[in-house]
Amino acid sequence: MTIWDLHCHPSGFGGRTPEESMAEVVRIADRMGVEKLCIYLGSLRETDPDPAQMRAHNDYILRCVQHWAHRVYGFAYVNPNHVDASLDEIRRCIRDGPLVGIKLWVARRCSDPALDPIVSAAAALKAVIFQHTWLKTTGNLPGESSPIDMATLAARFPNVPMICGHTGGNWEFGIRAVRAYPNVSVDLAGSDPTNGFTEMAVRELGAGRVIYGSDSGGRGMASQLAKLHGARVSAAAKDQIASGNLRRMLEPIVKSKA
Amino acid sequence: MIDTNVYLSRYPFRRLYGDEPSELLSTLRKNGIAQAWASSFDALLHRDLAAVNARLAEDCRRYSNGDLLPIGSVNPTAPDWREDLRRCIAEHRMQGLRLHPAYHGYGLDHPSLAELFGLAAERNIFLQIVCTMEDERTQHPLVKAAPVALDPLPGALRRAPNLRVQLLNCRGGSPELLTALALTQRAYSDFAMIEGVHGPARWNAALGSDRVVFGSYSPFFYCEAAVLKVKEAGMDSKTLDQNAKRLLGAKR
Repeated sequence: MTIWDLHCHPSGFGGRTPEESMAEVVRIADRMGVEKLCIYLGSLRETDPDPAQMRAHNDYILRCVQHWAHRVYGFAYVNPNHVDASLDEIRRCIRDGPLVGIKLWVARRCSDPALDPIVSAAAALKAVIFQHTWLKTTGNLPGESSPIDMATLAARFPNVPMICGHTGGNWEFGIRAVRAYPNVSVDLAGSDPTNGFTEMAVRELGAGRVIYGSDSGGRGMASQLAKLHGARVSAAAKDQIASGNLRRMLEPIVKSKA
Repeated sequence: MIDTNVYLSRYPFRRLYGDEPSELLSTLRKNGIAQAWASSFDALLHRDLAAVNARLAEDCRRYSNGDLLPIGSVNPTAPDWREDLRRCIAEHRMQGLRLHPAYHGYGLDHPSLAELFGLAAERNIFLQIVCTMEDERTQHPLVKAAPVALDPLPGALRRAPNLRVQLLNCRGGSPELLTALALTQRAYSDFAMIEGVHGPARWNAALGSDRVVFGSYSPFFYCEAAVLKVKEAGMDSKTLDQNAKRLLGAKR
């Protein structure tokens, strides 16, 4: 089974530089049988970075991609509280650079129409759109999207494929929230390896809308791979989840860059 | 491999593949688990722990050839808990007990716990302390249980010489706490909830490689998670097994 990881943060692997971190990413990916990885966020810790910080974090990812283009796909972080700067980053890193997707995190909820120019710009380039979501029992951050926000965004762009990061964490609600929006796929990454997660996602969404990711290095690749290897779904479904779906989403932009 | 952290019966908030003993055993065997130490999910919220422990012992007998070891539960704040302890040891021949302080509403500085620690040491049984059952962010909003505060544990262990304890589902701790636990040389832990690409390896280094044992937290977690962590961290499964046997102690 070929495994591609949708969700990886090289800075979480240690190392003093992007190059050192990437060497560790690849060492562990090799050990765990992961062929390719999507990387984003650099060393981002600020929940609402300003344009200069946004640029610095994307520079980090550009450095990672530079030496490992055969193993990783880079996504540009964009902040909907700085729409013009975000559009500049999309042009710099994706249109004119090697990155292939955007990562939206916790600065502003994605149900807000302020995001629309960003989504439109990414869609025009066929860039993959990834939105972090959680629905925390303990309460979300003010700008943190839930899968219900994701559904609102997806309804405004029914023809644009997008990914619901973490499936909302509380996956039993997350899956239900996006079920009616066929343009939304779900990311298995970044929550405990709870038995039944993958099975419910496949049952309710179909294997074609479920994508393996780890959220490593904060999460281990091991614990998250269990959602793939341990799931009681068909071998064909596992192939789709492991790499087939992500490959299909990336193909248009990768082809256009080639 | 010896799996020190599995459960039988029903998790209160969802059905799990493996909450039937035959399914669980099949999953464990598929993952190379030769022996598993099992408690009951019923122990979280049921008040009649004597009945919970009796069912657990019976299920372990009925469904396995000794490869499921029953680990009973005691709530040291419940009336006449000493009788539950007596039955676990004398009637069910249990070699260890699993405590769920977060669901039974006490801290590790509770006076009754000190007594339980002393009795467990005297009877040569080990105690497992479940730090949490589920990420706080995904718990049912009406049944929230914060992780157990472990700060009193090193002191409590010093006051109970010879007691062996194991942490289950611990997510980490301050360097000071981990050093204090390591110094006791009687605090073991699994790594079911230790996360990060370097998490289990660092856990091993902090607690001591002779104190870390394998625990999958099946069937709540996919069993494969812990198995893959062994691979990711480059841990030695023989060492993990030796540690589990030491925790289990000499046959009484």
